Amino acid sequence: MKKIHIVLLVFIALSIAVLISFMGNLSTYETIASAKQKQGKFVTLSVKMDKSQPMVYDPVKNPNYLAFTALDTLGNAVQVVYHNSKPTDMEKSERIVIGGTMAGDHFECKNILVRCPSKYKDDPNAAKRNLYDQTSSSQN
Amino acid sequence: MKYIGEHLLPGQLGHFAAVLSLVASLVATIAFFKSNKSNITAEKLSWLRLARAAFITETVAVITIIACVYYILANHLFEYNYAWEHSDKTLQAKYIFACLWEGQGSFLLWIFWHCILGIVLMATAKKWEAGVLTVISFVQFCLATMLIGIYFFGVKVGMDPFILVRTEGLLDNAPIFTDMVTGKLRADYLTVLTDGSGLNALLQNYWMVIHPPVLFLGFASTLIPFAFAYAGLQNNDHSWTKAAIPWACFSGAALGTGVMMGAAWAYESLSFGGYWAWDPVENASLVPWLVMVAGLHTNLIYKSTGYALKSTYIFYVLSFILILYSTFLTRSGILGETSVHAFTEQDMNLQLYLLVNVCFWLVPFLAASDVKTKLQYAAIFVVTNVLSFYFPFFTLISCAAAFVYLLVVMNKKAVPSIQKEESTYSREFWMFIGSLVLFLASFIIIAKTSVPVYNKLFGTKIAPPEDVPFSYNQIQVFIAIILGILTAVTQYFKYKDTPKDYFGKKIWLPTVIAVVISLAISLSGSMNYQQHGTGFMVAIHLALFAAIYGVVANVGYVWIGMKGKLKMAGASVAHAGFALLLVGILISSAKKEVLSWNTTGITVFERTKDQDPAENITLFKGIKTDMGKYDVTYTRDTTNNEDRKKYFELKFEAKDGKDNFTLYPDIMKINKGRQEPSANPDKKHYWNKDIFAYATTWSEGTPTDTTSFKPMQLKEGDTVFYSSGLLVLNKVEVNAPEFQTKVLPGETSMALNISVISKEGGRYQARPGIVINQALGTIRNIPDTVMAQSLVLQFNKVADEKKRLLEIGVKENKNMNPLMTLKVYQFPFISLVWIAVVIMVAGFIMSIVQRLPPSPKGGLKAS
Repeated sequence: MKKIHIVLLVFIALSIAVLISFMGNLSTYETIASAKQKQGKFVTLSVKMDKSQPMVYDPVKNPNYLAFTALDTLGNAVQVVYHNSKPTDMEKSERIVIGGTMAGDHFECKNILVRCPSKYKDDPNAAKRNLYDQTSSSQN
Repeated sequence: MKYIGEHLLPGQLGHFAAVLSLVASLVATIAFFKSNKSNITAEKLSWLRLARAAFITETVAVITIIACVYYILANHLFEYNYAWEHSDKTLQAKYIFACLWEGQGSFLLWIFWHCILGIVLMATAKKWEAGVLTVISFVQFCLATMLIGIYFFGVKVGMDPFILVRTEGLLDNAPIFTDMVTGKLRADYLTVLTDGSGLNALLQNYWMVIHPPVLFLGFASTLIPFAFAYAGLQNNDHSWTKAAIPWACFSGAALGTGVMMGAAWAYESLSFGGYWAWDPVENASLVPWLVMVAGLHTNLIYKSTGYALKSTYIFYVLSFILILYSTFLTRSGILGETSVHAFTEQDMNLQLYLLVNVCFWLVPFLAASDVKTKLQYAAIFVVTNVLSFYFPFFTLISCAAAFVYLLVVMNKKAVPSIQKEESTYSREFWMFIGSLVLFLASFIIIAKTSVPVYNKLFGTKIAPPEDVPFSYNQIQVFIAIILGILTAVTQYFKYKDTPKDYFGKKIWLPTVIAVVISLAISLSGSMNYQQHGTGFMVAIHLALFAAIYGVVANVGYVWIGMKGKLKMAGASVAHAGFALLLVGILISSAKKEVLSWNTTGITVFERTKDQDPAENITLFKGIKTDMGKYDVTYTRDTTNNEDRKKYFELKFEAKDGKDNFTLYPDIMKINKGRQEPSANPDKKHYWNKDIFAYATTWSEGTPTDTTSFKPMQLKEGDTVFYSSGLLVLNKVEVNAPEFQTKVLPGETSMALNISVISKEGGRYQARPGIVINQALGTIRNIPDTVMAQSLVLQFNKVADEKKRLLEIGVKENKNMNPLMTLKVYQFPFISLVWIAVVIMVAGFIMSIVQRLPPSPKGGLKAS
């Protein structure tokens, strides 16, 4: 056996070990109901903002506090608290992906990824609505 | 039906050119293939002539398409979906190219570079021309299908950039566009459709004008070594490895520059809070670069010693396949929830996947020696892909099978491999280890990045980890340690075998210098990065040593090993640049700081044990606010109609008085997808750090002050309520020292010391008062404000002298001032990163020049 083969085997073993340890770090996509079962564990939720509920963000009082209600596809709702500034476009988002932990009845959010409605594929009507907005405003 | 005001000619011309480029590239593929196969010189030449003509035709067609799209965008022809979707009238002319890249135009760019590189190869590749251009033309054919938008058996192939808005159904059922009489689209609908939806604000950045062309040049360049590898297998001639080296260097330079320009863009627009976030889109273009560099090294080993030919084949093939895979990842929308990159999604998942898969099979299929084997491969290709329609994981099996057959073909074609073992004291041994480490690093990165793909294939629900960058860094820091040391020592070995005392004699000086420098930095305590524990910090310090070792040893090698012949030192320069890049990355990332810690007391936030998220500070217009090392004042804002930006003027005053400057972060108004305005940072460069500031939220405030002072009466020690808390009058102070700054000579002051306690528990001090000049008989009223509570307090009068009852005026007004929320970062030694990239690329270019074949006219002298 050549030295190079031994090196190769060591590398293969290392990379497998690395990937297995990475698997341990990964979180899972959950629904709100299943996330509630996993209190304190870092999970990822794909949700919509509940626009009928008030969103709390007042930079005068606290620029590092955002709270809103999230709805998942099953229709469950949860209060989300995010200790950072409000992502721009948040209100217009079609869907948001939030990562964090359930803490009692609310979700302590650590990161937010906003999916913007410029992705017409998800919703062809979004493009139409956009067009009407422009044309109607240009009429005014 | 005819519509008024439509310009259909550019679209028709463009679409014709798209179809022409498709046909021409197919003709070129076949003709180059035939020319390469043929053994008769006359036949070879006649096929070659046809192929060249077809390739040139294709190039002209591609340039025509680009010109047509540009014409449509520049003239605001919003009847075209492309112009409507990606631009608007207010867009500055310099960003028209950025619109071109936003949609399918990036494919155009890629195809365009293939054409240019193909023409260069036609002029220079000599006996490899036909073989290499067969592959280029075939890939051009595949890419051209992305742009035609024609239906085959009910399946739409590609996206035509010249489709019209009205045929997309976007105008249907909209009353404004409908003709009252016929119920159909109005003939003059263009009088209503007057503007487009605009370019994504993130792309309106000068980096976005130059980053995509360079990146796609890098993408295109990876095809050349791949094509050489194919031609080598097909013709059973491995001397292509000599011609491929400059091309691999070129690819390393172009792709490396492209990737780092993307990083520069991410840094400047701060959309990732830094220059690198291990975002899937970034990873997907880094990984082919790593593999290409690995291939370049094995290629050099083969040229000098005859070892490592098979790995050269494998790395070059994989590098290009990974480029295709990265295109698949970023364009198919499969990354969806893991990437913040705003690519326009197109419904081309299947086509993009097939592009990857077909190119995987291309080499084994064409290089297989007999028809029977070819048929066998074709059958496996078809069967696995049909099955993958029903069971998605067959896509994996198909790609794996293609890879196995690549190995089989290489064995059959008797790719030579030397059985004798390399010496551990040889350069090739350590170069090979280095290539393997690069490959290992790229394998780990792409395996992690592909998590959304596993989810799709196996229906799992794996989400990214809590701290994505750290999950990469904790592994890659060890890769950096190994690579740093290997870059340092490998050049000091000679090929084949090195006398032990030679190596020791040459390496000791750089080693000692590197140890001294890195110890000096480590012990200075400036790299105190404890967030992820001591183990990780030790690894960072080790990596810092390795990287500095790499810089010192490679700079030293120019004198120690090459006696100062800088002309020949391309490799040393590139390695020194790479190692310096590692130094820059380590220092700048380990010391990134948030400066905008909220110190105003405005917030009542919860600190958790491992994070303190109060990274934003609220500024009211005209009010100086304490921000750690600096006082910041939001002095004014200006709106620029040309670039549709609103600039905030922020005055930074260092508390030690030595460092005062003004920053102008801005927000850009955009109507795309009804986006909110998006924020752009402004920065202050120092030689050793950058300070970045950007607006996270903002509010215009109420311009006119309508609320009035509400009178309230109280005594010392009394408490009164306001809407969100209470006010306590602690005492009346005469000539209080705290009030003296507001008092002019000859005046006496009387101030009310009031504590404001908000519902949330915040406590603030206010001191409204009056100053009296008894000599002149004047009284000035000096109100005080508690910005955090939107409260203005003033001392009205003494209401009842006997009862010591005083009257104060309380004014409450939400948003009485325009305000903004600011985030400020400091990145130390970031300039090292950019300088290092420039040095590395310069090293690649030096290596290319060094290895160019001597020109017959004697213009370029190969030394």
